[in-house]
Amino acid sequence: MSPFLRFSTINKSFGGIHALRDVSLEIEGGVIVGLVGENGAGKSTLMNVLGGVLEPDSGEIHIEGTSYAPQSPRDATRWGVAFIHQELNLFTNLTVAENLFIDGFPTLPGLPFVDRRRVRRETEDALHSVQLEIAPGTRVETLSPGQRQLIEIVKALRRDARLIVFDEPTTSLTSKETEKLFGIIRGLKAAGKTIIFISHILNDVEELADFIVVLRDGQVQGHGPIGEFPINRMISLMVGRDIRNLYPERSAHDPGPVLLSVEKVSQPGIVRDIDLVVRSGEIVGVFGLMGSGRTELARIIFGLDPQRSGQIRLKDRTLSPGQIRERIEAGMAFVTEERREEGLVMDLSVQSNLVLVTLRSFLTRFGGLTKPGLIAMESEKIVEQLRIKTAGAGTTPVKSLSGGNQQKTVIGKWLLSRPDILILDEPTRGVDVGAKYEVHAIVQKLAENGAGVLMISSELDELIGTADRIVVMSRGELTGEFPRDSYEKELILAAAFRQSVVMSEETGAGGAV
Amino acid sequence: MITRNKVYNFALNQTTLLLFAALFVIFGSLAPRFLSPSSFQGILYASSTLGIMAVGITLVLLTGGIDLSLGSNMYLTGVFGHLLLNVVEVPVWIAIPGALMVGLAYGALNAVLVTRLKIVPFVATLGTLLMGRGLGLVITRSISIDFPDSLTGLRNVAFLGIRLPVMVMLAVMLLFHFVLTRTQFGRQMYAVGNNGEAAAKAGLRTTRIVAGAYVLCGLLASLAGVVAMTRLGRFNPNFAAGDELFAIAAAVLGGASLFGGIGVILPGTLLGALMIPMVRSGLVFVGVDIYRERMVMFAIVFLAVFIDSIRKEQMEKRERRTIMKVDVEGESR
Repeated sequence: MSPFLRFSTINKSFGGIHALRDVSLEIEGGVIVGLVGENGAGKSTLMNVLGGVLEPDSGEIHIEGTSYAPQSPRDATRWGVAFIHQELNLFTNLTVAENLFIDGFPTLPGLPFVDRRRVRRETEDALHSVQLEIAPGTRVETLSPGQRQLIEIVKALRRDARLIVFDEPTTSLTSKETEKLFGIIRGLKAAGKTIIFISHILNDVEELADFIVVLRDGQVQGHGPIGEFPINRMISLMVGRDIRNLYPERSAHDPGPVLLSVEKVSQPGIVRDIDLVVRSGEIVGVFGLMGSGRTELARIIFGLDPQRSGQIRLKDRTLSPGQIRERIEAGMAFVTEERREEGLVMDLSVQSNLVLVTLRSFLTRFGGLTKPGLIAMESEKIVEQLRIKTAGAGTTPVKSLSGGNQQKTVIGKWLLSRPDILILDEPTRGVDVGAKYEVHAIVQKLAENGAGVLMISSELDELIGTADRIVVMSRGELTGEFPRDSYEKELILAAAFRQSVVMSEETGAGGAV
Repeated sequence: MITRNKVYNFALNQTTLLLFAALFVIFGSLAPRFLSPSSFQGILYASSTLGIMAVGITLVLLTGGIDLSLGSNMYLTGVFGHLLLNVVEVPVWIAIPGALMVGLAYGALNAVLVTRLKIVPFVATLGTLLMGRGLGLVITRSISIDFPDSLTGLRNVAFLGIRLPVMVMLAVMLLFHFVLTRTQFGRQMYAVGNNGEAAAKAGLRTTRIVAGAYVLCGLLASLAGVVAMTRLGRFNPNFAAGDELFAIAAAVLGGASLFGGIGVILPGTLLGALMIPMVRSGLVFVGVDIYRERMVMFAIVFLAVFIDSIRKEQMEKRERRTIMKVDVEGESR
């Protein structure tokens, strides 16, 4: 008998980078499968292939022995494959009942009017099946994230879903709601549904799943019944063993005085009690999983988002919350995660982008006109220094540059402001290997000249290769700090997962965070 | 328990009612004659054209769009009404449906520009606003036109003391109230305005829904044009020019959001449509210089739009994803 779901040698690559490599997997019907892996391990690519969002380069999927090649999310729905995403697709201005029936209301016989009584009755029944005791006429905007998720589940069930994929369903739920969700997922399993459960919270996976699949670098690293996969083994499979030497040599040295200090910074629901210092000449890495609050922390430090309490100081100056200009003047720079949306004006030239922040220093004293000659000269220096490959810095729009050269342009823009503190959020995302090395070399050079660097990354290897010290964030809090001489991948990951790990005998290291 | 927060939220969600009551109290206390039955009748009669336009605008606003072309649509409707009545000399019961075809075509053009050619609604309808008036002027050579008694006589038809223009407005409002609250098309308009992408993902025919809003808005605008012609009896090249702004103001005063997805016809748009002539006649009763009327009027409109923005911001704040488990922070929901 064929298994319920079978992936056969699925391959998918994006511009030379293999997102999925020969993924073959068989999943029996009526079980809960826990799918785990680091960020970028290929989980979402695999699920997007399953959901008809992406087409694989090669390979096949079979459902109950029949070939399944969805062209669109609607195809997937028709096949009974449903997704419960973190970002929910509900209409907040409508009622619960309307959300369930929006794609086809029952009408009164012979009239164009909605049969409200029937809608209400069927909604009540559906809500009952997930033990959600709310009125069908309740507006979705008044519901908690947990309740909304249950409504998404009800929607999936109404469309006769046979396979339901949960993508990080518990991150925004309270522990009570999580418990309830687990009860419902188990109920679905008992009713014969197949569940794929993706989560970074390994405790949840352990509690719920019957089978485990571990992905790393687009490949299946291991799969089998939960009994064979204690959390330690999941983590070590996710981490892998190969250490790639992709980073410039980082020599040990003594850091200088404190430049940036973050003291007890909190913002309800976002981050709590963050204490952090960055010294002159130091590269501090911030590691955290998606949704750990790392980007939000960077935004708060740079004054883009509000903070309710705590203090941020740059050198001796206490920064007022929300004052971005003050920060830039005091010597802070922020290379954002969203290079295209927030870091660059894509249609403008390299030159125009380079002088965005410091334009005021390129103006004539009277009249405030730009000095094109000075701008060309200064940006040429940066282009040479950072080796930005462009056909002409004054004419080439940034959008025609490669990812690496775009990122160098963003960094160059801040170099012109001569920053003392540089915050980098995912500086090498979407940047190829060679340019990655160059970006890191630039950052190191900056640190050697006395700046302090705060580098956020979801690639642990990158931080281990480049940072002097790594702090770990998880669910809005700092959960660990590791100096360079005690980098231990398993321990750092464990802190990110908020997991206590007993290390294997050979390494001898042990303990919890 | 009544907290400050609750009062604040109430004020935010019941803006229309509070504004309406405030205008009532202010003008009523400053000029007691404002509260007379004849004054109310006048306001109701004056709101009829605007009310019909505002219903159309509400539909378009619900989908997250805007229509600036109503005034020219009404003018062109008048021009065709004139051609049919005065030149071809067909009876009124043929001329009116004939003139309404102008609105249908106008709305369809807007719909094509917005949904097929993907032109931003603001620009698309600004374009048809200028074009429509231009076409009308070419046809009429910008002369003023009088309508025959067969049309103007309709304004005096009354039932139970309610005159025909008011009856038409109330009928339109009742009809579209039911369309919006009780039909699939109506509910799907709210869905599209709230989250267009999710609507498409849920398999809704979003293009058709948005196009429907523009077509209906065009049709309602030309109906408003017919009502205005009936009431005024004659028209000049400035007929209905700028009225679309008052109609948008009425819809927003009535609680429709410029960001889409929020708005009701009854009581919202009705109250909004009443507020505009209420301010006008109230200012007259109070004896305010009539040249200041527009300034006062748009101060009120700005207030409504401002409140709309605050409401939007509040909603986004509520939707912002939290990272930490809420019960950890001790902030109960």
